[in-house]
Amino acid sequence: MEKSSSAKQSKQLMSTLPGDDVRQIMWRFSDRYDLQMVVQSTREVARGVVANLVANGARNTHDWTPEKATILTAFDEAGLTQVFMDPEDGGFIEGPKNLALGLVAFELSWVDGGAATSSLASNLGLSPIHEKGTPEQRSKYMKMAVPPQPGEDRQIKRGAFALTEPLPFVGVDTGVVSGKLRIDSWEEGQEPLLQVEKRGRFITNMGFADFVTVAVDSDDERIKGSCMVILEEGDPGLYDRGTPTQKMVHQLSSTRDPAFNLKISADRIIGGYTVKDGVIIPKYSHAEIIDSVFRRTRVPVGIMSSAKLLSAPEPIIRYHRQRFRGGATTSPGSPRFDLGLQQKDDCLQRLVDVWAAGEAGAALGFYSARMFDDFDAIEKEKDQIFAEQGIKGRAQLKVFRKVQQGALEYLTMKTRPAEEQDTARLQELENDTLTQFLIMDSLANVFCPAGKLWNTGHGATILREAVSLMGGYGITEDCPGFLGQKWMDAQLEATYEGPEAVQRRQLSITMTNELFLFQFRQWIGDLRRIASTHPDSGACTLASAMNLWLWTLEYLQKTDDANGKPLFHSSRHGVVFPFADALCWLLASRCQILDMLELEAKGPENPVVAEGLEGYVNFFSDLCHVQAARAAGEVGRICAELAYGYHGHPHWDDEDRENCFEAESLDALDSIMPGIGSYGRGLGDTIEADGSHNEKAGPCAKSCRSGFVKLRARLDVCMTGSRLSKDRAAEALTQVMIPEALDYPR
Amino acid sequence: MSGGFHIVVCGSLVPDPLQTLEPMEGPTGPALKNEMMLPAVLDPWAGHALFEAAQLAKNVPDSKVWLVSLGPKAKLQQLMMSIAQKVSFELVAIDGSAGGFTDPFDVAATLADTIDKIEGLDRTRLLLFGGCASASRDSGVTMQMVAERLDIVDQFLAVDKLTVSSDGALEVLERIEAGQYQVSSCAGAPAMLGWATGSLPEPPNNPQVGMMNMRTVMPALQKAQAAEVGIGGLKYAAVELPKQRRETRVVKDTPAEEIAQEIVDWLKA
Repeated sequence: MEKSSSAKQSKQLMSTLPGDDVRQIMWRFSDRYDLQMVVQSTREVARGVVANLVANGARNTHDWTPEKATILTAFDEAGLTQVFMDPEDGGFIEGPKNLALGLVAFELSWVDGGAATSSLASNLGLSPIHEKGTPEQRSKYMKMAVPPQPGEDRQIKRGAFALTEPLPFVGVDTGVVSGKLRIDSWEEGQEPLLQVEKRGRFITNMGFADFVTVAVDSDDERIKGSCMVILEEGDPGLYDRGTPTQKMVHQLSSTRDPAFNLKISADRIIGGYTVKDGVIIPKYSHAEIIDSVFRRTRVPVGIMSSAKLLSAPEPIIRYHRQRFRGGATTSPGSPRFDLGLQQKDDCLQRLVDVWAAGEAGAALGFYSARMFDDFDAIEKEKDQIFAEQGIKGRAQLKVFRKVQQGALEYLTMKTRPAEEQDTARLQELENDTLTQFLIMDSLANVFCPAGKLWNTGHGATILREAVSLMGGYGITEDCPGFLGQKWMDAQLEATYEGPEAVQRRQLSITMTNELFLFQFRQWIGDLRRIASTHPDSGACTLASAMNLWLWTLEYLQKTDDANGKPLFHSSRHGVVFPFADALCWLLASRCQILDMLELEAKGPENPVVAEGLEGYVNFFSDLCHVQAARAAGEVGRICAELAYGYHGHPHWDDEDRENCFEAESLDALDSIMPGIGSYGRGLGDTIEADGSHNEKAGPCAKSCRSGFVKLRARLDVCMTGSRLSKDRAAEALTQVMIPEALDYPR
Repeated sequence: MSGGFHIVVCGSLVPDPLQTLEPMEGPTGPALKNEMMLPAVLDPWAGHALFEAAQLAKNVPDSKVWLVSLGPKAKLQQLMMSIAQKVSFELVAIDGSAGGFTDPFDVAATLADTIDKIEGLDRTRLLLFGGCASASRDSGVTMQMVAERLDIVDQFLAVDKLTVSSDGALEVLERIEAGQYQVSSCAGAPAMLGWATGSLPEPPNNPQVGMMNMRTVMPALQKAQAAEVGIGGLKYAAVELPKQRRETRVVKDTPAEEIAQEIVDWLKA
């Protein structure tokens, strides 16, 4: 029997569930008390008002009821409505808000995804104005969306965002809109009056929105292209909220199919407009606006699904431990009483998978949120530079093509030892806004769709696993932790704000950006270095999987299929879409490892965390290893399918037969090298003297992809130890202290 | 009355009551298993005191509230992220143990010493607030000892209501036996009130209040002095959780009088 290398001595196990101190370190907001307070405020609303609504069956109607509306009041009172706003508009958080909004989404969806969506949708309604609105538009609508302050006599106004239209229009291709914009009247020296026609579908917040930002296209030769406009209830014409959408999920958000036919002044065009030769030219097309909006608002959606996964372990552990208590044959102190179902491996190991996926998703989501916080400032600088130089649209791409070389030079130089760097040049490039923008943009364009795609899609799959771990209880309305509802809700999260196909489509283009790939290669080296000090973290496994992914990319890019068609093409979804999926696994796993390292590095600075730090780091490290192995498995599978799957299988009678051994030759050699005859037959395909051969599809394919074979074989070996990590993590689940009861509904 | 009150609330953290509390023998005596790592909340009775103090300060012009908290600094900081959003106060933090096994004599000495050193505190206008007991150990003696050390002789325990007249006189409702209240009158500050539940709900979080409070909370935490409070000379013969007792019977159609009588009989037994 083959002996395994001995596992190391037993490690410290995690004592308690990770609390706020741990999460603040891992997600990098331990020095942001504004965000820590937002977390506490949101949690109180989520586990109080929201959880009680869910428990009392408020989800059982499609209508927006007065009970559901209490969520909005609770948001206002707890300051969640203002999180999106800048201080000058009535908010209280300085600077970018991506991480803040991610944390709000996390806390709300820990209890209910619909409530989180309600919160995010109000921000989404304002986002076009926030990102691209004129200063006057920003000032007006932000201020009216802030709850009234003491002494103010006004009603808060709430917004909605209307892009999606009834079939067959916007939804799949956001570039085409059927909503129309015409000039109603235009008097000399006056603001033109516009007629807006728009029908919406699945519009969140529509049950109560006072204003809506809608995407429309010109239906008048005196208006150029598409744009977004702001509609208000009370504008002359039709403001029909429509019927409630009969959705089966997210019932704590209001969704309707509205219809608008309104007259508005042209100053409602978001971002403003110019007039040239009697034609109104909106400053921004609807596509430009939604591009800047969605690249941010998709990040919290990914975080939502991961929050649900991380909310699952506590109720599941409690259910498993208490499964047999109260039975006549189960006496206190017995393993059956104390551990219940946790006596069995299966439920523990599956829960480890759930937890690991949740950690990876949250790590990816918060990494992206922090990245966008950094990105916001540099993007604004970039916009300012282009505005000052009057460079718009495709002309910007021309500029960036030149900047790209500098960006690559910068990244290359950064990898060299300090003494080999050209300090002056490095500084110059470091201070160059466009260079730095391009580098960050290459990451943002990958991480945003990756988080939205993987966290929600894979999250929904794993949530099903979480539900199954609760047995029949899992699919009841009163399942602790509302796991059944969370599972169903995840499907909508995978769909709205751009369904999975849209995210894959974006990734298929952005993942081949040379700047991104350069940084991706750097990460492989970084992970190997991490692995040298953290062999049980899965960093090496992940690095090998990333290597395989890179090799496969290069192979696919230069190879044609059996029919002579290029394999790697953005419209060849059968290739690029699964390949994009593979990348998401890698990114999530890497972010998870980085979070674990951050905890290990910063944990000792916090006395609360320091006490149990070793156990936490061991547990999270084991989860990283589990997830890295899972990611490696997925990447290996996908890459193998793509590398081999588009080539026809060799036949016995075609030229591939040349790769087979001739039996006569083997037998002749046998007299010189005894045994070669039988060895050769075992080693490869052999054609006997009479032309016969083993019965199978044909000779095995040539190992022309030998580079792949080596990397794949190495990757498989790199799984070494991952199941030991899983066993350790599972053991930790049997020991960890959990509260006596779930803290929601309160 | 001239000038408002200077209200000092003594209050710290206790483990979240939903957590599993498992007594164990630590290196310096009894402790709770994983106590440092368990999430904490503001001691509920101290919380009532704080909310009542904030309400009083709001109604009496020129009043000010200090919250004096003795607990591990890092845990106090976490606690402030929610408590500081509820009402306005100035934090005075003391870095030390907040465990349920500490000697209240040491705790009282530390609190009194700290209060004595609060800059700008007018002892003639002082209302010393706190919980009538602590959720981590219901001995209910700490506040009296703090008051004694601060020479406050008007002391009220298990307070549910405080009414302040225009001349600054106090009318206090204290809980006594059998659901009765004792009504006391007091000429005014200084006085100590150990609160029961009071009558105010927990205020919702308000981040604007939190951001204001944080201007003083974070510096207060940074300069928190370490205090040596521990088990002191106390000896614990044994520590254990109260035994759970559950005797459930399902009986239908029983008249209310009969149910009431059964409860009375059970209590008397």
